[in-house]
Amino acid sequence: MNREDFPVLKQDIVYFDNGATTLKPQCVIDKMVDYYSNYTSNIHRGEYSLALRTNKEYDEVRTIVKKFIGALKEEEIVFTKGSTEALNMIVFGYFKNVLKEGDEVLLNKGEHASNVLPWFILQKTIKIKIKNVELDDNYELNVDNIKKEINERTKVIALSQISNVVGDIRDVYSIGKLCKDNNIYFVVDASQAVSHVEVDVVKNNIDFLAFSGHKMMGPTGVGVLYGKYDLLCNMEPLEYGGGMNQSFESDGSYELKTPPTKFEAGTPPIAEVIGLGEAIKYIEKIGVNKIHEHELKLKKYLVQELEKIDNVILYNKNSESGIVIFNLDHVFSQDTAVYLNHYKICIRAGNHCTKMLKDDLKIKNTCRVSMYLYNTKEDVDKLIEALRKSKDIFNIIL
Amino acid sequence: MNILEDKELRREIILDNYQNPMNKGLVNDSCYLKENTNNESCIDNIDIQLKVDNGIVSDIRFDGEACAISTSATSIIIKSLIGKSVNEARYILKNYKNMISEKEYDSDILGELVVYDEISKQPNRINCALLPYNAICKMLNRLDEV
Repeated sequence: MNREDFPVLKQDIVYFDNGATTLKPQCVIDKMVDYYSNYTSNIHRGEYSLALRTNKEYDEVRTIVKKFIGALKEEEIVFTKGSTEALNMIVFGYFKNVLKEGDEVLLNKGEHASNVLPWFILQKTIKIKIKNVELDDNYELNVDNIKKEINERTKVIALSQISNVVGDIRDVYSIGKLCKDNNIYFVVDASQAVSHVEVDVVKNNIDFLAFSGHKMMGPTGVGVLYGKYDLLCNMEPLEYGGGMNQSFESDGSYELKTPPTKFEAGTPPIAEVIGLGEAIKYIEKIGVNKIHEHELKLKKYLVQELEKIDNVILYNKNSESGIVIFNLDHVFSQDTAVYLNHYKICIRAGNHCTKMLKDDLKIKNTCRVSMYLYNTKEDVDKLIEALRKSKDIFNIIL
Repeated sequence: MNILEDKELRREIILDNYQNPMNKGLVNDSCYLKENTNNESCIDNIDIQLKVDNGIVSDIRFDGEACAISTSATSIIIKSLIGKSVNEARYILKNYKNMISEKEYDSDILGELVVYDEISKQPNRINCALLPYNAICKMLNRLDEV
């Protein structure tokens, strides 16, 4: 749907790498060009018309994001450069100060590096204990397995709402309730979920949430950190500088501003924040549920057709998002990706930054197809056709 | 027939070395130098072991997961270097790198390695072809440090 809105699709390509980044609709591009062409200026403290317009556009996006994720107030929305920065801020700005030796954090082997490595650092420095909740036979995370790992030392459950390889949609409502009942912090990486399924921080009792703009048709270089306001008040900034301080004196004393300003030192990615706001408006016009329905329909069709091809090994046919991972039998995933590029089909090969998943999957690298609203049945047919002919892969790529 | 003129033969050489690579599998022997090489721009990851006796490259072995280009290039480089003196090995490697980088090179000493002479047309595969080169050069340089 809406293919005509995406200038990149004027080229003869099939774009199936939406888990890595999504294409941008013309309205997002125009919105950023408008800022650069017509009212470039810095935010805060400018008393001239251009700056006033920039302030207004920038601040409005906080309201747009707040409504989009069901937050209670604008002050709970911090702009970052992406999910990775947001997750690092959460771990090192908050949890480093509140967790103690022996406190347990529940992760799982399907998590992305950005929701694993910061916790590893805390394990090493302040001796928290990381436990990986077991994945089920489909490599998915279920609530029962989380329950088994909870004890009085469990302080945090951190997970992606949709995992970026298996693509399973985690039951954040039940997990959020479990966290509330057991006095556990709930940290959600919504990078793969936002704009694919509903993200609601209050309904799901989420304490901290992170996502990136570029995976939801927005620009690169911008993301969001959501935190419950009282938690943000107790979180330390990782960057200090202009814009985030109330005062500082020659005797070394200083006072910081309140959230979210105290977490946005220096000039923020203004054009990108404004572009992100436009992307959210675009998504809301279509409707997240409609996007999800469309992706799932395409996934089911792709799985059905892939199952008919002898040399295709499928790893996640049951998950309910638009992500499909597979390999061709006895072919290294990168070679498959090079082969598909010959047919102008863009997919991703590798471990997709989830390097612990190989323990369960028993294979390090896979090919990942990740769908989005502008993919079509014809796109899937082109992929199927190319994979059907893949017996001659080495004639094509060598 | 000249390898360079026969596309089918090139492909066969690459494919044969990918599917039946030379010296795959590592040995547990401290006489070998060892280097892990993973390609920052892709997902190839191989370990290479090198043994030098009296200035001669007496053995090279490898293991790991890598694409057709990396794996086959490792196999062919291994074949090309075993039995050569360290200086000869360096000369072959230097010419191999020059070929991949589209610089002047001596094709006579490269043997089957000339099958990669057009790899520069696929920029995303250049690092794959250079993966074993980088690891072996590192190990040869370590010899100088001893």
